[in-house]
Amino acid sequence: MTAIDPTAHLTAEQIEELGRELDAIRDEVISSRGEKDAAYIRKVISAQRKLELVSRGILLFSIFPPAWLIGTAGLSVAKIMDNMEIGHNILHGQWDWMRDPKIHSTTWDWDHVSPAEQWKHSHNELHHTYTNVIGKDNDLGYGIMRVDEDQRWHPFHLGQPLWNFINACFFEYGIAAYDLELGKNLDKRRRKDPEFRARARAVGRKIRKQVLKDYVIHPLLSGPSFLTTLAATFTANLVRNIWSHSVIMCGHFPEGVQVFERRSIKGETRGQWYLRQMMGSANISGSKAMHFMTGNLSHQIEHHLFPDLPSNRYAEVAVKVRALFEKYELKYVTGPLPKQVYSAWHKVLRLSLPNRKPKVTTPDREQELVAA
Amino acid sequence: MTSAALRSRAWKLLEMLTTPLLPSDYLDLVSPLRAGADLRGRIEDVHPETGDAATIVIRPGRGWRGHTAGQYVRIGVDVDGVRLWRAYSVTSPTDRRDGRITITVKAIPDGKVSNHLVRRAKPGTLIQLDQATGDFVLPEAKPAKVLYLTAGSGITPVMGMLRDIEFDDVVMVHSAPQPHDVIFRKDLHDLVVDKKLRLTELHTDTDGMLDIARINELVPDWAERETWACGPAGLLDAAEEHWTEHGVPERLHTERFRPSIVVAGDGGKVTFGTTGKTVDADGATPLLDVGEEAGVLMPSGCRMGICFGCVTPLTAGAVRDLRTGEITEAEPGVLIQTCVSAAAGPCDIER
Repeated sequence: MTAIDPTAHLTAEQIEELGRELDAIRDEVISSRGEKDAAYIRKVISAQRKLELVSRGILLFSIFPPAWLIGTAGLSVAKIMDNMEIGHNILHGQWDWMRDPKIHSTTWDWDHVSPAEQWKHSHNELHHTYTNVIGKDNDLGYGIMRVDEDQRWHPFHLGQPLWNFINACFFEYGIAAYDLELGKNLDKRRRKDPEFRARARAVGRKIRKQVLKDYVIHPLLSGPSFLTTLAATFTANLVRNIWSHSVIMCGHFPEGVQVFERRSIKGETRGQWYLRQMMGSANISGSKAMHFMTGNLSHQIEHHLFPDLPSNRYAEVAVKVRALFEKYELKYVTGPLPKQVYSAWHKVLRLSLPNRKPKVTTPDREQELVAA
Repeated sequence: MTSAALRSRAWKLLEMLTTPLLPSDYLDLVSPLRAGADLRGRIEDVHPETGDAATIVIRPGRGWRGHTAGQYVRIGVDVDGVRLWRAYSVTSPTDRRDGRITITVKAIPDGKVSNHLVRRAKPGTLIQLDQATGDFVLPEAKPAKVLYLTAGSGITPVMGMLRDIEFDDVVMVHSAPQPHDVIFRKDLHDLVVDKKLRLTELHTDTDGMLDIARINELVPDWAERETWACGPAGLLDAAEEHWTEHGVPERLHTERFRPSIVVAGDGGKVTFGTTGKTVDADGATPLLDVGEEAGVLMPSGCRMGICFGCVTPLTAGAVRDLRTGEITEAEPGVLIQTCVSAAAGPCDIER
């Protein structure tokens, strides 16, 4: 966190005007949503399914190294597509307007160990509403890491580069645990809470199905290629996990991204909410293929401003949003993937140690936000 | 083990292979019309009937159970990317050899689906289908004398009947604004030439609306005829009154096309269908708050329209999006975000 509030130069009227301008951008996309967008998501879903089928088919012969390589690569891409451009965005309700019950936030399920219902609560509701608010948004370090100077240091954080690496490798399990708020729910009394137990059972069921599919049934079908198919699926899951973890780290952890005090969001106006999303998110620059493979979360800033707009429209929205950043003299945090990943990891390493510089005291910080 | 049990085991195994999707999600990619799939149809041809009506030829999926002459089918069509459902009478005979069915659609002003089907639908497009339904059908025992009383697109279910079963003595009184507005005009006149139908064609632009009292003069033995009537509500109301007045209401069978006319207002009575509660709501209070105030357990989330945790079926009426002012009308399958929607007139919510 920077010592100086980067939004301090804005008046309350300017912030509300900014909110109105963002609303106008949103309305424009909504009124032009239509056939092309629907065709887009259908095409992506169909391509993903075909890629997965073909890859799994090739892996039946994974005992031959070229088949292993091609099948594993294909399955990795298919799993990334399923999680990022398809699952994440459908579960956000981005395609609910199509009224197709098969492509709807209330019916969709994804190739992931976290049940869609639980993920929607922790992600859509908690993370997106309370983006980067310390103590409210668990995405800030997922409860196991310190990613901002304002979070209190504890010797436990010395190990966070290691936790982060393990979390990256088994990211989907990390998310499932995080959706269950395992940290606080493993407390003896809470463990017995019937609601928690029901949710834990749902995760258990989902994990069993996923593991059975990836590590038992498909390898068994491969016969002599049992072990190589098992290794291939494990690799595809690993690739998918590390990839999505990297993309998601780039969304809120790079240097230059702001966090907010719990009390600063009391009575927040729409304009202030928008401003918090703008300052609390970061983008990844790159090619169309890069945007696609990140599920357009490379446009994290735009996604946080408008989480329910179809992902294929973020690129065009980004041009207008960026112009607003310039107009209001705000910093649009963006950069190529390697730079953003490095920046996020650097922060994880740096903050595993206590703050070096005296940190900004909380009351000052609050005053800045009130002034803003 | 029986073959059914074996099949169900095999299917379970397949489900384990495709989880969290279903085997059908993959099969739909290659064979959306197969047996066992959700019922769909493929538009194979569209040919114009009049300036604003067209017949759509549909190849139904293998699960189609056929129809009875006079019945209608609900179809789900994607218009500008949004799936909309409408009901249309089946106009093809029940024994069509190629297994295809037809519906005949008249484009009504501002009708999203009808205009799309008449003017923009392309062969090859997949649509969603329901099984045929409706009790506007002919009886099993053939009546000796038949009268068809129709107007405008009310001809469509009757055309399905005319094409399906021949009666010895059939009279039709049909109204349309002008001769070129008469759907199936050539087919009807062909039937007349073949002496299979006696037709009175009325043109309301020049002759005015049919006064039901004239039925005595147009079809003197109308009271002896088993009658099927389909057309605008005014015509059907008048016919029902007339037939009742003359003591033969059981001879009259009517079919009403009910276009759901929603008058979007500002606030209204909100009914929570599941709990049976009804309360007054203004046009500015989110339905989530209205429900909670009334003690209805409402699903909720961010309360600002971003998390989609509060979506709830809207079963009747209309709501207004408080952010954009957009009106959403109830249709099967329509879900609304209660935290950013307010009543736009009376409405029913499934809670």
